[in-house]
Amino acid sequence: MFAAAVIVFREVLEAALIISIVLGASRGVAARGRWVAAGIVAGIAGACTVAAFADVIAGSFSNAGQPLLNAGILLAAVLTLSWHNIWMAKHGRALATQVKALGHDVQTGSKPLTALMVITLAAVMREGSEIVLFLWAIAAGGATRLDMLSGSIIGLMAGSLVGVLLYRGLLSIPLRHFFGVTSWLILLLTAGLASEAAAFLNQAGLLPSLGQGLWNSSAILNQESAPGQLLHILAGYTARPSGIQLVFYFTTLLGVFTLMRVVGRSMCVGRPQAVQKAEAVGQLPR
Amino acid sequence: MNILLNRVFPAVLAGLVLCGSALADAPKISLTIKDQRFTPEQIQVPAQTKVEILVKNEDRFPAEFESADMSREVVVPGASTVSVFVGPLSPGRYNFFNDFNHAAQGWVVSTPQPSK
Repeated sequence: MFAAAVIVFREVLEAALIISIVLGASRGVAARGRWVAAGIVAGIAGACTVAAFADVIAGSFSNAGQPLLNAGILLAAVLTLSWHNIWMAKHGRALATQVKALGHDVQTGSKPLTALMVITLAAVMREGSEIVLFLWAIAAGGATRLDMLSGSIIGLMAGSLVGVLLYRGLLSIPLRHFFGVTSWLILLLTAGLASEAAAFLNQAGLLPSLGQGLWNSSAILNQESAPGQLLHILAGYTARPSGIQLVFYFTTLLGVFTLMRVVGRSMCVGRPQAVQKAEAVGQLPR
Repeated sequence: MNILLNRVFPAVLAGLVLCGSALADAPKISLTIKDQRFTPEQIQVPAQTKVEILVKNEDRFPAEFESADMSREVVVPGASTVSVFVGPLSPGRYNFFNDFNHAAQGWVVSTPQPSK
């Protein structure tokens, strides 16, 4: 039971933190809950499919199918998160202003909603397939159904609880700073996922490592410790990073950051005059 | 989004596979998982060389070959083989384990090659 609880907790935590952050970052967008729920359902279906065909996937692409699939899912999440962040750089401020003025969520069309669903799907699918395979392994190793079920429920609840706490914590940030904080969180998260994708592509033999284990910061912050794992999920902390991971991490970080600045600035120029006037007289938060 | 999934992504993947197969002349080393143990539990690899470890799972159920030391992680389904590229490694001992059953532990030992 204990082993099941620990593994399920670890995987659920990773998906829950990612979902909390994007859910927070799209605050004010109407109907986002429904799209996230759809992403979770599709993700669970995807996870079961991946687990069921694990042997086929593992045997494909010269026995490197699985790291390639993981890298693919991660890169899809990286692209979607980057796009989401750039979209928010353009619309986040207007959104915050409108939410405050109207007092309820805003219809924005389906673009950020599709992104939300894709990100949720990717997170649930990747972590979920590992849970299924792990439960299969311990079931074959003699664990009883009751043990697995109770362990999984404990892990699922504990992992989701941390996600809810993070979401609550995010919401307590004043609206003025809110989208600034969430866009930084997403930026770090995206860079971390890109670095993880690089590790999988290197593991599959497709990319050079450019130096494996360039440094080892395990003594300062062990990646297996609780804060180390949390920082790994949220910002891609790796105690022994390879060169290619650093390249992917910083390219993503700088690339998305630059695009956000460019898009965000072009938005400021075209801001409706009424909003600028309202800000000038202090009626609306800047 | 559709264009990304239908066109761009497969093209990137195909490109990577092509350049990967050009690179893939690394020496191969076999590792077997049987009765929830690694055999051998210690594998020797030449230092500063990229090697391909072929992990064969002879049990009926999945295992996960994982190494924090080499940041590798891959599920090995029952009765199948996966390949894991490691290195080039500096000389030293690198731990790996089955993340689905931590009783199974092993080490990659990387030693400098005698100069010819």
